[in-house]
Amino acid sequence: MFASAVIVFRETLEAALLLGIIAAAARALPHRNRWLLAGVLAGLAGSVAVAALTGTIAEMADGIGQELFNATVLGLAVLMLAWHNIWMSRHAREMVQGARAVVGAVEHGERDLSAIAIVVALAILREGSETVLFLFGLASGGAPLAQLAGGGMLGLAAGVGAGYALYAGLLRIPVRHFFSVTAALVLVLAAGMAGQMARFLVQGDVLPALASPLWDTSTWLPVDSAVGAVLHVLAGYDARPSGMQALFYGVVLVSILVGMRLARPAPRPVPG
Amino acid sequence: MKTLIAILALLPAIAVAADLEMTLTIKDHRFSPAELKVPAGKKVKLVVDNQDATAEEFESHELNREKVIPGNRKANIFIGPLQPGRYPFFGEFHEDSAQGVIIVE
Repeated sequence: MFASAVIVFRETLEAALLLGIIAAAARALPHRNRWLLAGVLAGLAGSVAVAALTGTIAEMADGIGQELFNATVLGLAVLMLAWHNIWMSRHAREMVQGARAVVGAVEHGERDLSAIAIVVALAILREGSETVLFLFGLASGGAPLAQLAGGGMLGLAAGVGAGYALYAGLLRIPVRHFFSVTAALVLVLAAGMAGQMARFLVQGDVLPALASPLWDTSTWLPVDSAVGAVLHVLAGYDARPSGMQALFYGVVLVSILVGMRLARPAPRPVPG
Repeated sequence: MKTLIAILALLPAIAVAADLEMTLTIKDHRFSPAELKVPAGKKVKLVVDNQDATAEEFESHELNREKVIPGNRKANIFIGPLQPGRYPFFGEFHEDSAQGVIIVE
């Protein structure tokens, strides 16, 4: 029971933290909950479908179908997060100023929310399909169903709790800084996903590693330590990244930053 | 930025085939061989043959790899070129029994 709780927690945590950040980043947008719920439900349905198809996916494209699938899912999520951040950099100030401007932004807000629903669905799809496979494996291996369900629920609750704690913590940030903080989080989240995407493409031998590893900080901050794991989920930290991974990380980080800068409305003179 | 685009455009051309192929079998939630010797500086295609009926996730922090292998299926994982050293790996779904190490020398 404990093993299933731990694994479900680990798989849930990443999706739950992402959901927490997204829910906070979209807090001023109307009908937010409806879109988030739609994303969660689509992701859950997709998880079961992907788990059922894993064998087929794995054998596609000469045995690297899973890498290509994961890289595609991550790539789409990066695009959606980039869209969100660039859109928000245009509208964040109006939202801080109050409801009037938000009502004016509803039309575009709906479009941004559909991007957000897709990110949520993709995150749950990726983590969820592994959870379904794992639990299905344990069940068919003869583990008692009641224990499995109990462990699974415990792990799920812990993961969702962590995501909610992050969400609640973010909401306590004063409104003046709120959108800068969530924008920074979404930015590193997207860059981290781009890094993971590169890792899958290297693992499938679609791209060269360029350097493996580029650096090794595993003795100072291992990815399986508590701090390392949190940094891995939130900012894409990796103790032994390949050169390609770092390249993807950097290019996406800079591209989104440039996009946000370009989208920002009429710049005011900044002192200094 | 131009240099970057140039580098990215070259990438598909420099990805080359693996230098050698090795097989790793999963049975009863154990890897065999549990110790795999691999030469340094070579790209290796690891063929993981899961003979159990249930899925396993090959994972290694040291190799920076993770991949789900469905029950009764084979999957390829490309590793390297690597520096000499020990690179432990494990099956995330059965961590207590599925353990192994790749020794690069």
